[in-house]
Amino acid sequence: MDFSKLLEGNTWGILMKGLWVTLEVAVIAIILSFIIGIVLGILRYSKLPVLSQLATLYIEIVRNIPLLVVIFFAFNTLLDKLDSLVMIVIFGMTVFTSALIAEIVRSGLNSVPIGQIEAARAQGMSYIQTLIHIILPQALKRMIPPLVGQFVTLIKDTSLAAAITLPELLHEAKLIYSNPSYVNATIPILLLVAVIYFVVNYSLSLLSRQLEKKLAG
Amino acid sequence: MNWDFGFIQEYRTEFIDGFFLTLKVSMAALILSLIIGTIIAIFRISSNKALRAFGTSYVEFFRNTPLMVQVFFFYFGLASIGYKLTEFWIGALALSIYTAAFIAEIIRAGIQTVPHGQTEAARASGLSFLQTMFYVVLPQAFKLVIPPMCNQFINLVKNSSILSVIAAQDILYVGEQAIAEYDPFSVEIFVAALYLIITIPLSQGVNLLERRWAKQGTR
Repeated sequence: MDFSKLLEGNTWGILMKGLWVTLEVAVIAIILSFIIGIVLGILRYSKLPVLSQLATLYIEIVRNIPLLVVIFFAFNTLLDKLDSLVMIVIFGMTVFTSALIAEIVRSGLNSVPIGQIEAARAQGMSYIQTLIHIILPQALKRMIPPLVGQFVTLIKDTSLAAAITLPELLHEAKLIYSNPSYVNATIPILLLVAVIYFVVNYSLSLLSRQLEKKLAG
Repeated sequence: MNWDFGFIQEYRTEFIDGFFLTLKVSMAALILSLIIGTIIAIFRISSNKALRAFGTSYVEFFRNTPLMVQVFFFYFGLASIGYKLTEFWIGALALSIYTAAFIAEIIRAGIQTVPHGQTEAARASGLSFLQTMFYVVLPQAFKLVIPPMCNQFINLVKNSSILSVIAAQDILYVGEQAIAEYDPFSVEIFVAALYLIITIPLSQGVNLLERRWAKQGTR
């Protein structure tokens, strides 16, 4: 094992470039997933005939399939249409994560006491008004911590895309130690990669805990 | 779209083997991660500072690093210093170490919801620490722990698809082979369906249990 290789050549620069791709994919995917997830979550919560059932069906099927299957699915069927690994991974992760966020949205909505909804309706507010002015503002507050948790999961899961050679952090690490003169640095490089993921994700978790305290207070 | 399910006939035995490999590695990882997770949970609530710090570090580290890094560590890392494990055990070990961090937190939460007074009462009645755990704390913690444990098993089944990356012949790997000759869309639908056969009954079962136990709780 050769730890000195970590300081040699452009190891650090290559890993940082990989981290950048990881964060780019994770940020875009979480934003898209949030938009679709909120629509799906509201639809499932709404009890609107057909639409509510369709949302439920989507959520239950997608969240019970492995993300790696979704990524390969997108890779094998969309490569000729999208022609960009980044786009394919963002697509796959959005399809998957929007189902998980829909469940976060739904439990956020369910946490608003029914009495408040009845009170709002009794005051003459329409269903949509009640949703926008009474339910959503309270629900959104409760959704923030689990949403940050989902973002951490996305950053971790982006490493799955190494399997289809997306140049994210883990894949770039693999490129470095695939070089014969760096093979004896495989373990140090993987440890360094683990530490990079840890630093990014743990900071996010701490941030989320602080937010949680602030929101509760 | 041209549906073509001819591959099922050709890859029948491979898919059956892959299906059972997915189940086997998930079961092995469940047992291992229950053992590691219980130990870590006990560390986390122990009065020994060093053990507590170790337990906390373990949970925080593995919850915040990708499973894929652990798989690569056991696959490429061990190979680089001349060790070689079978793909099955690389998958089972990586999955167990990763999942144990989540299981430890579930067990800890379960144990900590049992009021401390009960433990004290049990100890004062002359029960040993282990007897207190087995007869007083664990039976009560059980109900709280079972639904999230089932969810962890679902996650294990899903995460086991990572084995295909290191060329272990699980469901996903067989599917990727079939894609070389057949319509990718049809193959991926079939692969997803095979996973759903395992995960949907489990997740519906969890929902049912949770609803039933929630009702009992209000009585």
